[in-house]
Amino acid sequence: MNTHIESGSGVNLPNEKLLKLKGIREQWMLLGLAAPAILIIVAIILIPVGWLFYLSFVGSSGELSLEHYQKMIEYKSYARVFLVTFQVSILTTVLCILIGYPLAYFLAHLPQRLAAIFMLAVLLPFWTSLLVRTYAWLVLLQKKGILNDFAIYMGLWETPVKLVHNMTGTLIGMAHIMLPFLVLPLYGAMRRIERDVMHAASNLGATPIQAFWNVFFPLSLPGMVAGSLIVFVLCLGFYVTPAVLGGGRVVMVATQITAILEQQFNWGAASALGVVLLIATLIILYAATRLLKLDSVLFGQD
Amino acid sequence: MAIAGFSRPDAGSIRFGETEMILTPPHRRDVGMVFQSYALFPHMSVSENIAFPLKLRRVGAKERAERVDAALSTVQLSDFGERRVDQLSGGQRQRVALARAFVFRPRILLMDEPLSALDKKLREQMQIELKQLHRQLGVTTVYVTHDQREALTMSDRIAVINFGKLAQIDTPQAIYNQPANSFVADFIGESTMLPLTHDGSDQLFFEDYLIATDFPTNSNDEWSLVVRPERLFAVKEAITDPDETILFNGVVREFVFQGDTAFALASISDEYDLSIRFGTDSSEFQNVMRPGDKVSLGLHRRDVIIIPRTT
Repeated sequence: MNTHIESGSGVNLPNEKLLKLKGIREQWMLLGLAAPAILIIVAIILIPVGWLFYLSFVGSSGELSLEHYQKMIEYKSYARVFLVTFQVSILTTVLCILIGYPLAYFLAHLPQRLAAIFMLAVLLPFWTSLLVRTYAWLVLLQKKGILNDFAIYMGLWETPVKLVHNMTGTLIGMAHIMLPFLVLPLYGAMRRIERDVMHAASNLGATPIQAFWNVFFPLSLPGMVAGSLIVFVLCLGFYVTPAVLGGGRVVMVATQITAILEQQFNWGAASALGVVLLIATLIILYAATRLLKLDSVLFGQD
Repeated sequence: MAIAGFSRPDAGSIRFGETEMILTPPHRRDVGMVFQSYALFPHMSVSENIAFPLKLRRVGAKERAERVDAALSTVQLSDFGERRVDQLSGGQRQRVALARAFVFRPRILLMDEPLSALDKKLREQMQIELKQLHRQLGVTTVYVTHDQREALTMSDRIAVINFGKLAQIDTPQAIYNQPANSFVADFIGESTMLPLTHDGSDQLFFEDYLIATDFPTNSNDEWSLVVRPERLFAVKEAITDPDETILFNGVVREFVFQGDTAFALASISDEYDLSIRFGTDSSEFQNVMRPGDKVSLGLHRRDVIIIPRTT
């Protein structure tokens, strides 16, 4: 009458071995599918980075030495380059947050379809050449540019204000270019906040402002931190915009690397700069991950 | 949602006692709401969730902790205060949402299909617990559900609402035994509706069956007979008194055994079928009815429900 399946040790379950084999084979096939990507990463990232790393330890006479790193400590100009790089990156990130948070908030509260249209406006710059956008800013911001002309015409200021070839211009251009990188993850995080949760906050007695600071803001924070980190890290290695809009006055690491290569053809010194920047970035990322428990943000929940 | 203040009605009045609340924003209504999705704050622990309304009301830290503990023990989650919300099961989240809704002693508790995400067993268990909690707290509770059985289980009074209009408001017993119209009769419980005709005197008929005498009615009014499946019983002929029992003759079309009860569909005329439901035992019932069998179905006259017909 009754059938029941035997289990426990010593009993062969039907198809047990075959099913196990099947599972293992599926995992190998997954790895196989990823193999091209893994090969490319090794070929175009790991090997060149390793080569640069090696070059940075080769001295001017061809033997292994630390001279490039020693120079970096000795000459104040190097310290200033790193200082400027971090300064520009931090300020750009802050600007992006100040502009991007309200923007993402607005988008997240629009009906889905309307939000998609506005999002297009945010993404549109993504599809134009970086160089074109940067030069466009140059046209807008220069001494006889549209912005100065307009402001003087409106009587906001009398003589043309220097908006470009300095820190201001660099920051304006970089914030504009980096904005989508902040808005996208932030918008995603805000969309994931359930409407009921906000209702619950006000139901429990929170004024709209209290509900925002106690519930909405903390829940949007992971998206904001993820976006900020992306912006910050991208800024650290940014080249085009500071080079064009900074006009030689805002020297960031990437600009300095180009200068060393073009003027001195010194691969070792350039590599050493790159290595220090890379390590600094990794340290910052690691610290941020530790401090803010970002694992779940960057690598998915649980 | 209108009671909590999240949707704005076109017109009307919402009064708590004598106070008009319709223009009051949600955060000043003092209504504790349990959401269908629970709507717990995912960035707070269980205790922090429950303490949230108390913090907003500036309850001191010591009293706050005491009240959170009391609320936790009321919902039987005393050891769960430090847990994160995502470490809880559906039933536990439900309890936390409940504790958060009553911990600040709101004037009204509002439950919007609070149990609909739980499985059947847990749902039935929570229904009993909610009833106990309600007795313990003594706070007026408005409970929204689409599950008619849950409505009957939970309520002192049921308001049946159809397309925004109140269809009937009464005790569960009255709603079930004296539905006011066909929507209520159909929505609450199982029922078969049979159209009635009257012969000019005060008698109502379904086809040839005399259903009611002494039923004075306007000739323009139309009526239906509501038959609850469990009020019907299969009878052996000749033992029933026609003054007490209406006897329908039919042919079994379908028979379903469902464990605690069995269900049969019998056609009593060309157009109409009656459903009948009866308790099972281990003896003969499973075999009693086969499609094609003739059957007589009795209905006590006291179980006759007559409602106006809507077309």
